[in-house]
Amino acid sequence: MILTQGTFSFLPPLTDTQVRAQVQYALDNKWPISIEYTDDPHPRNNYWEMWGLPMFDIHDAAGIMDELKRARDAHGDKYIKINAYDANYGRQTTALSFIVNRPAHEPGFRLDRQEGADRQVHYSTHAYALDRPEGSRYSE
Amino acid sequence: MATIQNGTKERDRFAAGVAPYAEMGYYDADYEPKDTDILCAFRITPQPGVDPIEAAAAVAGESSTATWTVVWTDRLTAHEHYQAKAYRVDPVPGTDQYIAYIAYDIDLFEEGSIANLTSSIIGNVFGFKALKALRLEDMRIPTHYVKTFQGPPHGIVMEREYLNKYGRPLLGATVKPKLGLSARNYGRVVYEALKGGLDFTKDDENINSQPFMRWRDRFLYCMEAVNKAQAASGEIKGHYLNVTAGDMEAMYERAEFAKEIGSVVVMMDLTIGYTAMTSMSKWARKNGVLLHLHRAGHSTYTRQKSHGVSFRVIAKWCRMLGVDHIHAGTVVGKLEGDPFTTKGYYDTLRLDHVPKNLANGIYFDQDWASMPGVMPVASGGIHAGQMHQLLDLLGEDTVLQFGGGTIGHPDGIAAGATANRVALEAMILARNEGRDYVNEGPDILKEAARGCKPLDRALDLWKDITFNYESTDTPDAVATPSY
Repeated sequence: MILTQGTFSFLPPLTDTQVRAQVQYALDNKWPISIEYTDDPHPRNNYWEMWGLPMFDIHDAAGIMDELKRARDAHGDKYIKINAYDANYGRQTTALSFIVNRPAHEPGFRLDRQEGADRQVHYSTHAYALDRPEGSRYSE
Repeated sequence: MATIQNGTKERDRFAAGVAPYAEMGYYDADYEPKDTDILCAFRITPQPGVDPIEAAAAVAGESSTATWTVVWTDRLTAHEHYQAKAYRVDPVPGTDQYIAYIAYDIDLFEEGSIANLTSSIIGNVFGFKALKALRLEDMRIPTHYVKTFQGPPHGIVMEREYLNKYGRPLLGATVKPKLGLSARNYGRVVYEALKGGLDFTKDDENINSQPFMRWRDRFLYCMEAVNKAQAASGEIKGHYLNVTAGDMEAMYERAEFAKEIGSVVVMMDLTIGYTAMTSMSKWARKNGVLLHLHRAGHSTYTRQKSHGVSFRVIAKWCRMLGVDHIHAGTVVGKLEGDPFTTKGYYDTLRLDHVPKNLANGIYFDQDWASMPGVMPVASGGIHAGQMHQLLDLLGEDTVLQFGGGTIGHPDGIAAGATANRVALEAMILARNEGRDYVNEGPDILKEAARGCKPLDRALDLWKDITFNYESTDTPDAVATPSY
């Protein structure tokens, strides 16, 4: 499966040129960029690991792309996403977020069903990768 | 004795019998509205021979303290305080209509009650015989009154954080056919559409609990579909379970069940009324469930320009009483929607400060005092081939709902959903890259379709479908270029 979280997951994987153009768009809007990575792709995993602090003071896309390269070198077997944050009054939330790196193989999720009374079923979404410990979930 | 407006002596003001409203203090050209006043712009069409100022005063009177004849019991009150005051009457050029501006003291209204607000302002007066027609065009709600409401249970920011979806409009589809599917077949449509790439599917307004599909069965099958699609994509998915019912107890029962089985969102219809909607809003906030509102029935009173209530006012009331989503028009789809008027609705729902803009039908500055925004929903006769126009006209914080445009895809529902999602993401990508996406839209879609057969098929099937009819509800003012 392909994890379709993030803004551009239905498109072919973005090239570095395309990623850079999106980063530039965010910086032009004065949205600082942050990079996050995880090996827990559950849709309710709100807290991916931060690759350092949000880069409030990097205003050129080249600097961000350098940082992305370092993140990929360290965590290339995991999911990495780029977030652009809009701190303006009235928004103060993420303005754009898209995946820029994926594990070579995405095993996806198992849907667990717990049958209850009155035909009710309680569901939970289980990432196959999480059967292995953190750090070795996507490496062979 | 003290002199009141128009030079009438107070003893005349209280002489028994019928007195003109204007002379009873309901018209005051010198009145300066207070910051705390509720202001209304009414479009009035007086009967032939009725003076427009007297007609405006009558509207002020009948929507506040007056009755048809003088009553001595007025003298037991500080009546001037409670009287609404028409303070300005402008003719609408080329018509027999006038825009009457009326100020109401905040004291006239109960805190946190849209029912009370509307019972006053649109209570009796719309049937008043001296008027041929009457329309409430806009209202300025002072922040003092805004603050007696909590507004959307979640709002746009919280919804996006809850769903973990940013930087693009959300995508939805209404299950079709609206009526007749069994619960199991209905869930199939939900599963295919969500798995294919939509964020939401939706019950239609008239899907409640009919003999062919009872609500509880529908809810169970829909949640199976939602959870399967969530596991297949790793994304949060939702189906607006319509909890509209004949009484509040039944609505609460349905909403509670929807929450218990894990739905992120429920919906209700405008037809349930303002108080019921407010109660559902409180329920939704308390239970952490997004609340979608379908504006069923609104066109009966919002569409005609001469009589009724503008949708921009309904939108305002619904933001106050608190919904997370509301249908607000598509411009390019099958339902009524002039682009400027629709922009006015979207601004009213989303912005914190909405400046007066007559070209968009906005008669007053409106300050929302940080009340969260409502996500407008565009639904009805839209398809992937219009993605550039939709993004341009409606912006990013919106739900685009492609019902026929998903389910009618020749290769199936999932293919229809994928076509819409790919079209949307390609358009956002191109916009952010700085391309002139409005003019290059068709090319951007064609490029994206090269790598996506479902989009290619969708563009080919619906390429010439548009709904170009003249709008009935348009602003009087036209934006002119200023140099």
